[in-house]
Amino acid sequence: MRLQHGGQIDRGQKISFRFDGQYYKGHPGDTLASALLANDVRLMGRSFKYHRPRGVLAAGSEEPNALVELRTGGRQEPNTRATMVELFDGLQAMPQNAWPSLRFDALAINDRLSNFLTAGFYYKTFMWPAVFWEKLYEPIIRRAAGLGSITTRPDPDSYDKGYLHCDLLVIGAGPAGLMAALTAGRAGARVILADEDFRMGGRLNADRQTIADMAGADWAAQAVAELAQMPHVRLMPRCTVFGAFDHGIYGAVERVSDHLATPPEGKPRQTLWRIYSKRALVCAGAIERPIAFANNDRPGIMLAGALRAYANRWAVSPAQDVAIFTNNDTGHRSAADLMALGVHVAAVIDTRPDAPPLAGTEVLAGAQVTDSAGRLGLRAVTVRLGNGQSRKLSVGALGVSGGWNPNLGLTCHQRGRPLWDEGIAAFIPGATLAPGMAVAGAAMGQFSTHAALATGAEGARAALADLGHNTPAPDLPRAEDAPTRITPFWHVAGTKRAWLDFQNDVTIKDVKLAHQEGFEAVEHLKRYTTLGMATDQGKTANLGGLAVMAELTGQSIAQTGTTMFRPPYTPVALGALAGRSSGRDFRPTRLTPSHHWAREQSAVFVEAGLWLRAQYFPRAGESHWRESVDREVLATRASVGVCDVTTLGKVDVQGRDAAEFLNRIYCNGMAKLAVGRVRYGLMLREDGIVFDDGTAARLAEDHFVVTTTTANAVPVFRHMEFARQCLWPDLDVQLISTTEAWAQFALAGPKSRAVLERLVDGGFDLSNAGFPFMACAEVSICNGCRARLFRISFSGELAYELAVPARYGDALIRKIMEVGADYDITPYGTEALGVMRIEKGHAAGGELNGTTTARNLGLGRMVSTAKDSIGAVLSRREGLAAPDGLELVGLRPVNPQSQIPAGAHLLAQGAALVAANDLGHVTASCYSPNLGSYIALGFVKNGAARMGETLRAASPLTGVDLEVQITSPHFYDPEGERLRA
Amino acid sequence: MIIPHPLLGPCDAQEFTYLGDASLIARPDGMAEGAADAFHDYLYLRDNPAGLHRELWYHEQGDRSWLVVTRNTLTHEIVKAELARDVARAEGRGR
Amino acid sequence: MQAAMLGTGNQEHPMRYSGFRILKEALTGHKGWQPVWRRPDPKPSYDIVIVGGGGHGLATAHYLASNFGQTRVAVIEKGWIGGGNVGRNTTIIRSNYLLEGNEPFYEFSLKLWEGLEQDLNYNAMVSQRGILNLIHTDAQRDAYIRRGNAMILHGADAQYLSTDQIRREYPFLNFNDARFPIKGGLAQRRGGTVRHDAVAWGYARAADARGVDIIQNCEVTGFRIENGICLGVETSRGFIGAGKVGVAVAGSSSRVMAQAGLRLPIESHVLQAFVSEGLKPVMPGVITFGAGHFYCSQSDKGGLVFGGDIDGYNSYAQRGNLPVVEDVAEGAMALIPGLGRVRLLRMWGGVMDMSMDGSPIIDRTPIEGLYFNGGWCYGGFKATPASGWCFAHLLSTDTPHPTATAYRLDRFRKGLMIDEKGMGAQPNLH
Repeated sequence: MRLQHGGQIDRGQKISFRFDGQYYKGHPGDTLASALLANDVRLMGRSFKYHRPRGVLAAGSEEPNALVELRTGGRQEPNTRATMVELFDGLQAMPQNAWPSLRFDALAINDRLSNFLTAGFYYKTFMWPAVFWEKLYEPIIRRAAGLGSITTRPDPDSYDKGYLHCDLLVIGAGPAGLMAALTAGRAGARVILADEDFRMGGRLNADRQTIADMAGADWAAQAVAELAQMPHVRLMPRCTVFGAFDHGIYGAVERVSDHLATPPEGKPRQTLWRIYSKRALVCAGAIERPIAFANNDRPGIMLAGALRAYANRWAVSPAQDVAIFTNNDTGHRSAADLMALGVHVAAVIDTRPDAPPLAGTEVLAGAQVTDSAGRLGLRAVTVRLGNGQSRKLSVGALGVSGGWNPNLGLTCHQRGRPLWDEGIAAFIPGATLAPGMAVAGAAMGQFSTHAALATGAEGARAALADLGHNTPAPDLPRAEDAPTRITPFWHVAGTKRAWLDFQNDVTIKDVKLAHQEGFEAVEHLKRYTTLGMATDQGKTANLGGLAVMAELTGQSIAQTGTTMFRPPYTPVALGALAGRSSGRDFRPTRLTPSHHWAREQSAVFVEAGLWLRAQYFPRAGESHWRESVDREVLATRASVGVCDVTTLGKVDVQGRDAAEFLNRIYCNGMAKLAVGRVRYGLMLREDGIVFDDGTAARLAEDHFVVTTTTANAVPVFRHMEFARQCLWPDLDVQLISTTEAWAQFALAGPKSRAVLERLVDGGFDLSNAGFPFMACAEVSICNGCRARLFRISFSGELAYELAVPARYGDALIRKIMEVGADYDITPYGTEALGVMRIEKGHAAGGELNGTTTARNLGLGRMVSTAKDSIGAVLSRREGLAAPDGLELVGLRPVNPQSQIPAGAHLLAQGAALVAANDLGHVTASCYSPNLGSYIALGFVKNGAARMGETLRAASPLTGVDLEVQITSPHFYDPEGERLRA
Repeated sequence: MIIPHPLLGPCDAQEFTYLGDASLIARPDGMAEGAADAFHDYLYLRDNPAGLHRELWYHEQGDRSWLVVTRNTLTHEIVKAELARDVARAEGRGR
Repeated sequence: MQAAMLGTGNQEHPMRYSGFRILKEALTGHKGWQPVWRRPDPKPSYDIVIVGGGGHGLATAHYLASNFGQTRVAVIEKGWIGGGNVGRNTTIIRSNYLLEGNEPFYEFSLKLWEGLEQDLNYNAMVSQRGILNLIHTDAQRDAYIRRGNAMILHGADAQYLSTDQIRREYPFLNFNDARFPIKGGLAQRRGGTVRHDAVAWGYARAADARGVDIIQNCEVTGFRIENGICLGVETSRGFIGAGKVGVAVAGSSSRVMAQAGLRLPIESHVLQAFVSEGLKPVMPGVITFGAGHFYCSQSDKGGLVFGGDIDGYNSYAQRGNLPVVEDVAEGAMALIPGLGRVRLLRMWGGVMDMSMDGSPIIDRTPIEGLYFNGGWCYGGFKATPASGWCFAHLLSTDTPHPTATAYRLDRFRKGLMIDEKGMGAQPNLH
């Protein structure tokens, strides 16, 4: 019900929302939880295991019960805490984990069976017969378990990421946080003040305390207003700092648009902030904890502080008649606030025999609540009085206070161990906090408002002093400074079920069973009973469970220890963590210089790492990719083709010692390479395995350009820098990656020279004698454009690679096509490139997979023994030099029209399909239009000695089995006459 | 993590690529007697300490410096960051 | 006292678990449930001492007792059993390996998983929901076909799925707007998930029932080695003599073996793993994204359990940092655009002993009587049964089990690496 007066809501405006199919009205300033309570809705959800009816327990992010599915469609958001949802017009929420309806939930049968469904019961049964687990038991369990649901439709909203820097990050904007921010802000420090709530002020909004003789909430609003005027202070409401990471980095999620029906145009739903702080002050407050008693989970039974918060901040009460059950003075404060707002408090049931009196209601000292009644909502509680007599109180709500736990979450993220504080009967942050982190206010166990203000100011001053700034102590506004008075009391003795973890349905009986079975270590207790493993990470549950276990083992709570809170402090949407990196923007896309031209030619593109490369260029009338590829291959070999090879890595190597450096990087000799010449180079890892291959072109005595494979461009450059800086720091050599600086095109085919002659400016001798195979030069093309020309060939044809500064790449491909038209120049893509390299037996990705040696590739003799190069020593180990090792071979199907699948395994003819018969595998396969046959490359044990043998190539995975003949891997022009022409 | 780059100041560790123990600087002489054993130990065996660890980071998204970072593997605290080239020279590596 | 009551003989489960037993206990106030394992004090000596009460150590103890008749066995654990990586992992089991040195071992392990509950009389919820590796490039397809064929040749199951077949099973994957389109997948239907904590508890209970002493809160502080022979372990609870000592302390391998003067081909790295809030069933099996660092399954409780790459730097801190969290979430969103509103509930970091070729070590050491099991990288959980069995085999017979002959310490010296990923001697890339 909505109270007559008060509340930080806009009573002038009504907004409508829908819950469980019913329409309701609320006000701006409401949360979904407060609005439901205002509409007398106490039943908001069902528990995880027993499907017990549940209402809201708390008023903040620690809420375990009131979880709803918010919104619909792709925006459906399961497990949303009603206490954290700002009401907006048109809000839709559905209860979850209930079927067919919230009021009549079929699985509530579990509650009747609870005696069989004790902690860990599933470890002891469902074992017979074995196949029934997956077929029967598990599907039933899975359907019953889980909480909310998602539609799996794509989330239509966007997310963003940002980076912030500050001197002091203040986490939590209650009295401690506000005072800390004021102190640091007034001193000129760069401050970020973040709070998970949409309204800053923390408990000041939920209490009737005064500060400096004004209402606490007003003081908070005034402080916020002052802070908002400071340009170096950033206020971040709706922003949850969820994790403390290394070196002062904090993760935070700002709920930018969650309080709106849909995000405004151009705005994200949420933003993930990475906050780089020099110092951080955790002012995260404290969380009230319940007391366990029989049936203490009915809708209407709440934390006393929550009852107080709903009344003060939102002017609602779940019922007109309420009672309070407490073991400490704050329960009395809750009762007083409720009474001040016109709620009838039937009694304060205080476990302490010496409980103080309270004006306006009866205090039942030394009494305990022993049971509750009411099927879908609280109707009455049974109280055992101090004198042993029993009394029934008819109330619609019960506020329970078992004391307050400092909100430890963030202080544990870097393995800080909490300490037990006897005075407040709670864990406080330990001494080993993350570097740069400090704690103030209730989060460190200082519960009075005055102490919060004082420790907040002090925390800010200490942080700034640490950074070298002396800040005067502020005049603290006057505030209450009541001592913490609590007599620990954890649970009411009894035989009925009493809940510790509401969401996961962990009761005292479960803890007792865990103890009985030896699961006494706190981590065993947690894992066996699932205590504290729900979506609230046990914020209200853990300590009660530990206290019960401590009682059972006869140890103190301090000896029993506590489980660690892990990030995130509250659950974080995956969308926010991913930011903009989803869909097509998952990773950047690198485009080649000829990309736009290729798109104009209707090229089909393929991913090559982050690159998009033209895969083939279909022409009108071609209905299958093979037609295009065969045409490209044949045209290239018959006349001339052109291919963008920019993606190959390029490293410029300069310096007096460039040759010596490369001589150590490559396993074959590079020292004596003549200027103007290119050499194939094989690079090993230090473990002797082939790392990469490419070419090294010597443009000058002290200048090389080396190429890498597309895939290894980055790792090879890194490796070369490692060698340069760490292994041989005094070699005179400089490296720069020029992969993106040069657009490079391969011109291949017998007419490539003729095309090139039309590009290269006059005076350069392109004749076979003047510019032979493996020559290189810096040339001028197209009337003065500087270029690099390499006569190298991957296709096996007479071929060149021509490089120009990347900005001319697009112009060059168009020019090449223009001047090559007379020769019917054909652009070819990666497929044709692959076919031609297989026809030539050149190794590529399938062969250079990080496990092959030079010897495997038939290049064993390239590993020089005359010098010390990277990988040479370990390449000689017995396991890598075994004579019966894998060797690269060519494979031709006995039936030329049978495709040999890459990935097929090779066995002796007729050998059974078992691993013992495995002789090797197929690494690459294609149809060779030149040979009119499918062909393949593969590794076969002792392959070179098996030329001509017929093997079984089997791919049982894809249902292929055929006979193949071992041949040389050099299918096409094995003598290499064409490329030297 | 934040790596205090000796030339550039504090940089997010995300800009760096990690290699491993800085002992990888001490590459044996491949032409020396017993090189096979020396390379085995060099490449494969690690102290793997729980505590201070000298390790190689490469500023791949930055200035391409290789750094030797001294970092506590129990706490991630970084106590020192040096240019690997300087360390290599100090350890007697040259040409 | 309980130890005396239960005795130490070679007896089978003193209290057999079953649905009937639950019924009976429920009707009699659950008074009959006994401790799942005893809390014995250490004896002066044992035939075999296992250092490390994680999954592998406990499995070793179980198979030593049940297969090899070794009952004078102790498992010594620094903290609480099951507190290492068996207590924090993404629960996946599979045998989809490529290499000769690996596949038979992991297939053996998968077979043991298939009979685990009946062997242990403990429901570890072995759920063969299937695992699917997605393929996004032609090169990846070739590699996965090779791997699937290797699996079949080794007697494991493997299935190639087309994009359409995948669409039918996982309609919510990104088939329309993907940066790296799904081009197929390699499925292993017998792969799946297991309730990880229950594995430790089930092995502990079974080993305990056969007389193995499980000693918690007992830290090994050194090895007593004389004349090159290991005589036992020094512990926080005094010296414990042992005919043989087997070390299975994932996450602490280098630290523990350094006490015996050994340097290992291992680096310790942090791997983060994640669980979402509970959801009604959505994810049928285990799925791995082939174009980013993300894999995911859904637990019986409803949480999506997922992970990605290791953070990449040496660490014993048991926690990671944001870049990898974001990287994993990016992979999740790229693959499953409907996960945007699903919330990450908890993240944690485990210490992975990353070996130099990505494969484990189960071997004798140069010190007689000292045996080592480690270097599991982030694949140790699925290996738990076979690792225990093979380590027990080695400890009992001094010969490697036939499926674990390749897991030798000297393979790096000999050039016999078992490098599934082809990444070489750089542990953070495996």
